[in-house]
Amino acid sequence: MRLEPQPHERIDRARSVTFTFQGRIVEGFEGDTLASALFASGQRIFSRSFKYHRRRGLLCCSGHCANCQMTVDGIPNVRVCTTPIRQGASVKGQNVVGSLQRDLMAVTDKLGGPFTPPGFYYKTFIRPRKLWPLYEKVLRNAAGLGKLDKHGAREERFDVEYRHVDTVVVGGGQAGLEAALDAARQGRSVIVVEEGPEAGGSLLADREGAAVARELAAQARQAGVEILAPAIAIGLFEQGLVPVAHGNLLLKIRAHDVVVAGGIVEQPLVFPGNDLVGVMLPDAVRRLVNYWSIRPGERAVVLTVDDRGLRAAEDLEEAGVQVAEVVDFRRHAPGIVSAVGHKGFVTGVQLDLRTVKCDLLVMGGSPQPNYKLLAQAGARVEFDASRGIFVPTDLPAYVQAVGAAAGDVGDPAVPEPVLGSYGGKSFVCFCEDQSVKDLRYAIAEGFDSIELSKRYTTVTMGPCQGRLCHVNSIRLFASTTGLDENTIGTTTARPPHTPVPLGLLAGPPHEPAKRTSLHHRHKDLGGTMMWTGAWRRPHSYGPNAGEEAQNVHRALGLIDVSTLGKILVVGPEAGAFLDRIYPNRFSDLKVGRIRYGVITSDGGRIMDDGTVARLDEEQFYVTTTSTGADAVYQWLTWWNAVWHMNVQFSNVTGALAAVNVAGPHSRTLMERVSSDDFSNEGLSYLDARHVTVAGVPTLALRIGFVGELGYELHFPSPHGEFVWDTLLELGADLGVRPFGLEPQRILRLEKGHVIIGQDTDSESNLLEAAMPWLVKSDKPDFVGKWAVEQVAERGLRWMLVGFESPRGAMPLEGGQVVVDGRSSGRVTSVRRSAELGKVIGLAVVPAELAVDGGRFDVRVGDSLESMVVHLGAFFDPAGEKLKA
Amino acid sequence: MAMLVTCPNCGPREVEELRCAGEVTHRPQHAPSVRELNEYVYFRGNVAGVHREWWFCRACEDWFLAERDTVTNEVSRTWLPEAPAESTAGVSPPAGVTPPDVDIPL
Repeated sequence: MRLEPQPHERIDRARSVTFTFQGRIVEGFEGDTLASALFASGQRIFSRSFKYHRRRGLLCCSGHCANCQMTVDGIPNVRVCTTPIRQGASVKGQNVVGSLQRDLMAVTDKLGGPFTPPGFYYKTFIRPRKLWPLYEKVLRNAAGLGKLDKHGAREERFDVEYRHVDTVVVGGGQAGLEAALDAARQGRSVIVVEEGPEAGGSLLADREGAAVARELAAQARQAGVEILAPAIAIGLFEQGLVPVAHGNLLLKIRAHDVVVAGGIVEQPLVFPGNDLVGVMLPDAVRRLVNYWSIRPGERAVVLTVDDRGLRAAEDLEEAGVQVAEVVDFRRHAPGIVSAVGHKGFVTGVQLDLRTVKCDLLVMGGSPQPNYKLLAQAGARVEFDASRGIFVPTDLPAYVQAVGAAAGDVGDPAVPEPVLGSYGGKSFVCFCEDQSVKDLRYAIAEGFDSIELSKRYTTVTMGPCQGRLCHVNSIRLFASTTGLDENTIGTTTARPPHTPVPLGLLAGPPHEPAKRTSLHHRHKDLGGTMMWTGAWRRPHSYGPNAGEEAQNVHRALGLIDVSTLGKILVVGPEAGAFLDRIYPNRFSDLKVGRIRYGVITSDGGRIMDDGTVARLDEEQFYVTTTSTGADAVYQWLTWWNAVWHMNVQFSNVTGALAAVNVAGPHSRTLMERVSSDDFSNEGLSYLDARHVTVAGVPTLALRIGFVGELGYELHFPSPHGEFVWDTLLELGADLGVRPFGLEPQRILRLEKGHVIIGQDTDSESNLLEAAMPWLVKSDKPDFVGKWAVEQVAERGLRWMLVGFESPRGAMPLEGGQVVVDGRSSGRVTSVRRSAELGKVIGLAVVPAELAVDGGRFDVRVGDSLESMVVHLGAFFDPAGEKLKA
Repeated sequence: MAMLVTCPNCGPREVEELRCAGEVTHRPQHAPSVRELNEYVYFRGNVAGVHREWWFCRACEDWFLAERDTVTNEVSRTWLPEAPAESTAGVSPPAGVTPPDVDIPL
């Protein structure tokens, strides 16, 4: 099959490479593609068509069409004509029952025709309706592409890289390389994106051109041009963003200028039998001969609208192929062309009244500029009737088209949209098996707009993305409807320009994780880490979270609360600003005091909560929930972008670590680690003081989320481990133990404290979340004031209440509250409290039930369990422990 | 969206580095009716064309305003909200142009 060695061939005959094809071992050379090696080994059928399962052979040999899609190493729909040969690869045909050679589904081609017009299965298989799922299953199996192996999990890493350059050139052919060289010589940084394995484009398919291409590429590289090959420009987006698929790397290239040098896409001619194996495009033939030194047939007929076919004929003769006839449409266009075949292979071609025998039929249809990227970028496309092609115009300012892509394709003849009308099927769309008859049928059915007809017939919607069919389908449309091509217009060009794996678009699995400065201590202490937003936090330090909580009640606990958002609000108007943001008042907060605050939106939604401490006249220290820090920071700065009050904001969340020391022995511990006054008079409940803890400057907040006497210590995070270690060491004899998030949730529930987002949702408001004391209606305005007033006016419908489970049944969080047999609310939190010996929780219930002792049912498993409303804290309701 | 947006502080940035917080809304001057409040909180112009919107730059952590064509994504102008000249265009202080109440992921 191989020709004698040629000087310009791309294969290295000294280096043999083998792979398996449907179990058979195929040998090729380094420099081959899978397709060229298969072709050289005698394989002619490369796929079975989508609908009719017709045999299909190599057609474009340049990655445009879908004819050579195979499953390679389990990956379906790989175009083997551009896939380099790989030692040990496993290659299989697809969309077949049996083999590519003998596909049992090929019967659809025989039956097909009259019974399978566009949309046939929606018309034919509608009755009885309930059988449709069965029909669908059968049809889906009968038509299609490659199959993903459901169990064939692959692990592959995809990455994204951002690049910024002056110029991106899409297409590494002659025009592209010259443009790149030009730009580089002007001192611009340039990247060339070439689809093929090396730069050169159609030059490479030429006996003399290959050397020219290599020389140009070498010059370009020398001038500093970076050539990416093989690489696919997926699309062309606003302001010069060109995403490029380069192996498993997605390059997001932002360029000042984009030069599109995509060359042409050779169009097929439309005649009966134009899909037979052995009917090929000119460049495909030339590539086989000149790249890989393969003789593509024995006896050839060439049909062409321009010089491409003539050059192919020369190459074929050089390769020892007998060229029986060359039909140059510029001189004489035959009225009837019809390929004759036997068992799917071309055996001859009828030209008007003569039949010429051949086993290779070269069809050089219109040289269509590859304008799809330009159209995506917003260029208009116009039909040039004198040349039978669409030409891009009105390019966006930053985009330039050069060479054939710009329409520089000489003066080809314009073939009739359909050559010959009898014989076998004349295909317009190879990917989707749509023939001339199908399109005319659709038009006759009323699908007379190209966009509608496209969706109905699926022409241009296959894997080739219209590259080989959109010109022919529009021209056929024009000739059938009598409209001209510009009136019909082209279908919308959308990314991706060439199909790419989803993994590439999904990118690498980056999951950002935030860790506190105590992270490694938690791990050393056996903490089970869990996600809370982007934070990693210890769930608990052992199997028994209840016991961890109990230790806080009995002795002393430490919890890392560094994840709390911490924002300094500073300035002469800081108090006035917070008065406008919060429903309650902060301007009258005394220096050194703390107040709880909830942030609501103007819609009344509860967004976040935390404490606000006044550090001095003009300085407030605002804490937020662990996941709310960034959102609250943005919220505050956003409002001040409008109000322009004299306030500054500083997000110190990461700068400060925070540890809550809680339990009856906490004061004893604080007195050991600090010489400051931690007495109840020196630091009362809701006091904030600057103190020194273990020599570290610390802000101590006396607050009690967990219900026991406690101190929240905020200090520079680099000292995190030191302070933590000191507290554990000096508190050892007091029974100090760290506690995690889960015990904290038990402790806070005992106090009836709300977790925003857990016990509230987008429908919650301050009144129905039982926090009316926060609303200072006498303020002239605050964010959310109107909404809360309107809730008060319409009356309360729901109420967030505490409840006990008298029989100890444990409802699920989210479980339905049932009143009089109707769903009336839900359980938001529930835990078993060892301290109280009860199952307690919070639930949203109808407002009228919000009285101590009110009863409602919750579905637990299969039965309804009665729950009793408990207003206020379950544990230490008067707060005596907190204030002691 | 794949465009560059010029932060008044940081210059042109990839859109991923910014957060678009939606179109500029007008906060009622006086206590609104239920309908007026709902319109302010939930209704947006959603124009096909140029509108004003809020952007947050994650690099400098500052808010700015932009005029963007929602059809072409062309950002014709970006500016820092200046008190009171910009915010009083068409409305009177102190409420002025206020941030829309869009969902901030908490």
